[in-house]
Amino acid sequence: MEPVVQYKEVQKSFGDTHVLKGINLDIMPSEKIAIIGPSGSGKTTIIRLLMTLAEPTGGDILVDGKNLWKMEVNGKTKTANEKHLGAVRDDIGMVFQHFNLFPHKTILENCTLPLTSVQKMDKTEAEALAKQMLDRVGLGDKFEAYPANLSGGQKQRVAMARALVMKPKIMLFDEVTSALDPELVGEVLEVIRDLAAHEDMAMVLVTHEMEFALEIADRVLFLDEGVIAESGPADDVINKSENPRLQEFLKRFRSNGQS
Amino acid sequence: MDSALNILSYLSQGLWTTVSIFLAATFFSFVMAFFAGLCRVVKNPLVRGVTTAYVEIFRGTSLIVQLFWLYYAVPMLFGINLGSNWWVGVIAIALNYGAYMSEVVRSSVLSVDEGQTEAAIALNLSRVQRMRHVILPQALRLMLPEFGNYMIQILKGTALVSLIGLTDILYYGDIYRSTNLDEGPLAYLMVLIMYFIIALPLIWLSKKGEKISKKGVAG
Ligand SMILES: Nc1ncnc2c1ncn2[C@@H]1O[C@H](COP(=O)(O)OP(=O)(O)OP(=O)(O)O)[C@@H](O)[C@H]1O
Ligand SMILES: [Mg+2]
Repeated sequence: MEPVVQYKEVQKSFGDTHVLKGINLDIMPSEKIAIIGPSGSGKTTIIRLLMTLAEPTGGDILVDGKNLWKMEVNGKTKTANEKHLGAVRDDIGMVFQHFNLFPHKTILENCTLPLTSVQKMDKTEAEALAKQMLDRVGLGDKFEAYPANLSGGQKQRVAMARALVMKPKIMLFDEVTSALDPELVGEVLEVIRDLAAHEDMAMVLVTHEMEFALEIADRVLFLDEGVIAESGPADDVINKSENPRLQEFLKRFRSNGQS
Repeated sequence: MDSALNILSYLSQGLWTTVSIFLAATFFSFVMAFFAGLCRVVKNPLVRGVTTAYVEIFRGTSLIVQLFWLYYAVPMLFGINLGSNWWVGVIAIALNYGAYMSEVVRSSVLSVDEGQTEAAIALNLSRVQRMRHVILPQALRLMLPEFGNYMIQILKGTALVSLIGLTDILYYGDIYRSTNLDEGPLAYLMVLIMYFIIALPLIWLSKKGEKISKKGVAG
């Protein structure tokens, strides 16, 4: 089987700050990956490069074999333009830490917008699909509500439904529970758990929820100082690794009572 | 009292000129504001540069000088005839206030949270779709109160067109005063009152805009 996404020697700097120093990573279709690592290690940056929210400063990212950030024009390689990015990123979806719902649109409209505008689906069909997804995340009774009237947990579930309607091959989650009140975390993890169990799409979760990573991830990556320092089955990485930096990270983590 | 009413009815000969210039200038100010405001947030540096130059030049010089330029200098220097005086007045005001209002458009567009654009990119909306469905609807609410204020200023700005021979309210006020010198103060008081009455709906509109705007930020 071919990987759905490949990172090849991917680098990213912001000015003099060298954040990613050569990332190599193959993501297989339907693989569930958790990324852990200290704050500032580049976890968010890794997935933002794939979502085309930031441009790598070196290396290649392939999506279904197509180079995401580069295109061929008359035999010459050039930086991808908006059209090329649009064609490739159709397979990628993302859920954000702060939800980023559209506040001027109802829950239903939030979910139909990409269908009617990007996929040119007609309104009735789009609404049927959007309702189905909202039902799935447990918000079947909120279609006409605006984001401002929802709890954080509900907002994040809408954000997931909105990403799901596009049927991405790979979905990215950036600490999607860390902006939530503790009592609302469970309902969001429940939805992710359900997706992990029943969806074919690949999932990449940046997370601080170690127990959850252990539970759903096929593979855990420990990101440290700009490289993938450990990679393997969740249990191996979280419970059996002898990497001192990882142990240090996990220890600090547990003593903070966050796990 | 009699003479006050007299003056009002005399001034009202200029009412249509003032109102029609105000309406046309407002319309074209908005057109310029959105056109220039959006040009200033595109990627192309040339487009941005040219628009920035326009905005700064028209904000940095006074409306009255621009009016005289369009009226006296442009036809002589470039052989461009802008049509009637009425059009010269409308164009000068629209270019001037369009420049100011484009700043409102630009800053409102830029003040919509970056996360909104990112979410729209993640859903694969094109640049135009992002602007149209996500950014502009939110930015518009931020613009409303400022737009209300600028409309009141445009109304006040129309009084300058009497200087290029247009027969607006102020023009008739001047004529009245020059033929009835002792009633000068009363004549100008009536001019003030007339402008204020026209401004009333605009004041109401801008209050309304503020309310809508406040409601819009929740979310
Ligand atoms: N737009 C940017 N400009 C400059 N520096 C940036 C930018 N985005 C990220 N960085 C820097 O890159 C580094 C990695 O950031 P990133 O957000 O990927 O870390 P992270 O692992 O997600 O951290 P956290 O756990 O705190 O979310 C940080 O040092 C950050 O300051
Ligand atoms: Mg992060």
